[in-house]
Amino acid sequence: MKVWPLAFSEGDLAAARAQMGFSLAWHIVVACLGVGLPLLTLAMEWYGIRTGDPAHRLLARRWARGMGVLFAVGAVSGTILSFEMGLLWPGLMGRFGQVIGLPFAMEGFAFFLEAVFLGIYLYAWDRLPPRRHLLTGVPIVIAGTLSAFFVVCANAWMNQPRGFTLRPDGTLADVSPWVALINPASPPQSVHMILAAFMVASFATASVYAVALLRGRNDAYHRAGFLLPFSFGALVAPFQLVVGDWVARFLAHYQPVKLAGIEGVFRTGSHIPLTILGAAPGNDRLEYGLEIPSGLSFLVGFSPETVVRGLNEVPRDQWPVVTAIHLSFDVMVGVGMLLIAMGALLLLGWWRARRTGRDLMALRGHRVFLAVAVLCGPAAVVALECGWTVTELGRQPWIVYGVMLVREAVNPAPGLATGLWLVLAVYTAMTVATVYVLRRLVRTTPVPIAPQESDVERFPVT
Amino acid sequence: MLALMWVGLTCYALFGGADFGAGLWDLLAGRSRQGLPQRRLIEHSIGPVWEANHVWLIFVLVLLWASFSPVFAAVLSTLYVPLTLTALGIIARGAAFAFRKASTELWQQRLFGGCFALSSVVTPFFLGTVAGGIASGRVPPGLARGDTVTSWLNPTSALGGVLAVLACAHLAAVYLCADAVRAGEPGLARGFERRAMLSGLLSGLVALAGIAVLHADAPQLFHGLTHRGLGLVIVSAVAGLAGLGLLATRRHLLARVASALAVAAVLWAWGAAQYPDLLVPGTTVAETASHESVLTACLIATGVGAVFLLPSLWMLYTTFQRPGGAGASPVTGAPAGGTPAGGRDGTG
Repeated sequence: MKVWPLAFSEGDLAAARAQMGFSLAWHIVVACLGVGLPLLTLAMEWYGIRTGDPAHRLLARRWARGMGVLFAVGAVSGTILSFEMGLLWPGLMGRFGQVIGLPFAMEGFAFFLEAVFLGIYLYAWDRLPPRRHLLTGVPIVIAGTLSAFFVVCANAWMNQPRGFTLRPDGTLADVSPWVALINPASPPQSVHMILAAFMVASFATASVYAVALLRGRNDAYHRAGFLLPFSFGALVAPFQLVVGDWVARFLAHYQPVKLAGIEGVFRTGSHIPLTILGAAPGNDRLEYGLEIPSGLSFLVGFSPETVVRGLNEVPRDQWPVVTAIHLSFDVMVGVGMLLIAMGALLLLGWWRARRTGRDLMALRGHRVFLAVAVLCGPAAVVALECGWTVTELGRQPWIVYGVMLVREAVNPAPGLATGLWLVLAVYTAMTVATVYVLRRLVRTTPVPIAPQESDVERFPVT
Repeated sequence: MLALMWVGLTCYALFGGADFGAGLWDLLAGRSRQGLPQRRLIEHSIGPVWEANHVWLIFVLVLLWASFSPVFAAVLSTLYVPLTLTALGIIARGAAFAFRKASTELWQQRLFGGCFALSSVVTPFFLGTVAGGIASGRVPPGLARGDTVTSWLNPTSALGGVLAVLACAHLAAVYLCADAVRAGEPGLARGFERRAMLSGLLSGLVALAGIAVLHADAPQLFHGLTHRGLGLVIVSAVAGLAGLGLLATRRHLLARVASALAVAAVLWAWGAAQYPDLLVPGTTVAETASHESVLTACLIATGVGAVFLLPSLWMLYTTFQRPGGAGASPVTGAPAGGTPAGGRDGTG
């Protein structure tokens, strides 16, 4: 299968992986905020129109400005990724570019629509009547969700390559991009990702206002800024648990090696325990973890007798690094549980507030709740990164599962390491600037984006 | 599919290119206070549309990789240096522009503005060098088979880079003339007319000098341009001159059309000169094209996408090309300083 020359150095391969991983890890956060924030903003704008409360309208305005910044940053970091696909992995693109071109082409259109309507939404706030303006935001949400779907389909294809036959000489036959698009991994992976995007955006936004509430700024503005996104995130979280289970079942069936890596199953067998935390120092045995006897067998097949396939079924050089993906997985699940618990607590709080007739922010224990809620934002981001780590590292050493190794795809040109340092430097600067600008957006009185914005003058914040 | 890609590339050059050019004029607008009106006009003109314009590039990249994957791999692996720099330029430009808009203090606006303006010049330059490298046959098929340095540091690439920057500058200046008039700033319009004339003349001169460069450095391209592409080259020259004439007589909108045509014709001339080779010499469209099923799928996706996209784009450009908008909007018609949300957009 070695069609491409392998004239690269190991250092350059590591650099290329580091660069791709870094840019993706960066983009995934911004992209999630970019998918989730428009929905929150629209909800808040709609709410503001209904209540007529300037606090709600101002929140919508500010979030919209945040959307503008995040979309711009997401757009450029996404463009970089499409460059990097070719710059770093020409082996993948040269052979399989045509198979996965379709989702990217469709993503391009979805993204285009998103950009167009974002331009209208942000700049025409006062040029359009409120309801029509609200409507111009709807395509942003739909297109954002669709682009997430298409991109994740392409990634899912790397896990479940379909829609082509590989001839012995390395060329492709019977290419069907539609089959490639809707591969078995697409539905579970994309739904999991889209829900994750909504959760990250919700909890991260709520975090900001939880800080303000903790500092005693218990007014309509900060309450709405906290409660709307937090409730939405809490609403989505239980569904994510169900979808996560679906993904795990998918893995058990289609990518048993990845599941074995995630759970540290080195030998096929029944009565496989579910190990929580722990590490596999020699990558041959999971130690120091908390074992629930027959737990994994039970989860996979609802019976301790269920046989779970282990890493021993494939050659050792095809094993992923168990410690990394096992711990990432556990962190992701742990955070998910925390978020669900927080949602339940909020529900309980509402019930208590109704029953006792007291204010939600006057209940006993609300400060502890808020303090944990502050952490929920960063925790959701951590869970996101962990989940992504699991799916990417769990696929190693394959770039296309079972078909092409990562090392076969890398650009053999010299000097990739230099590119890595350049990219790191630029991204660091961009991170600092993004965080700085977003923080200022929350604090300062908004300056109009477009000169016609009257809301800013009509609803000043003090 | 090839035509579609070339349309995308043309759109990117005409719309995205103008945004880059606007960045160049932003750079040359002078000190903070002096340059303020110009910068404001530039920001106001490109603010709502630059992201949409930028997507043309993604569109071209994606179509290239879906339809001609081996060419995509060859170009990106050999020309990875200028393309990485282009990518960084794109980051710096897009992010800095958004940051500048969102920041309020002068030093921040200066910092982000400088970043935006500088990368607006650097990015088209490197894209031009990439075009030069491909056009002069310095990208062989295969992975990183070409020289990673001389594939973009060569006379044709230098020509491509300089021409790209000048053409962007010219387009931007011509577009901004009309925008300035609409914004009620005739003084600014005069300034941009001068700049448009200057950059137009410079582009013409560089293109003339380019004939000699191409003759020596890229004989195959030269041959193509002087035979199959000749008509388009002439169209470009005539349109360019006509554009300058229209500018001199202050017919800004017509000048827009003419200068856009001049730039588009150069691109199409290049395409015509090189056809059917995608990589000179000898890697043809037919050899590298993807399977029929992929091309069909992409065409379907493009068709469906266009059905949604074209009306939206039309809405975008018309929403912001209408004068003012303030008077026409019912929102600003609400009682000034009245109760929040008034009666109209209340709970009704």
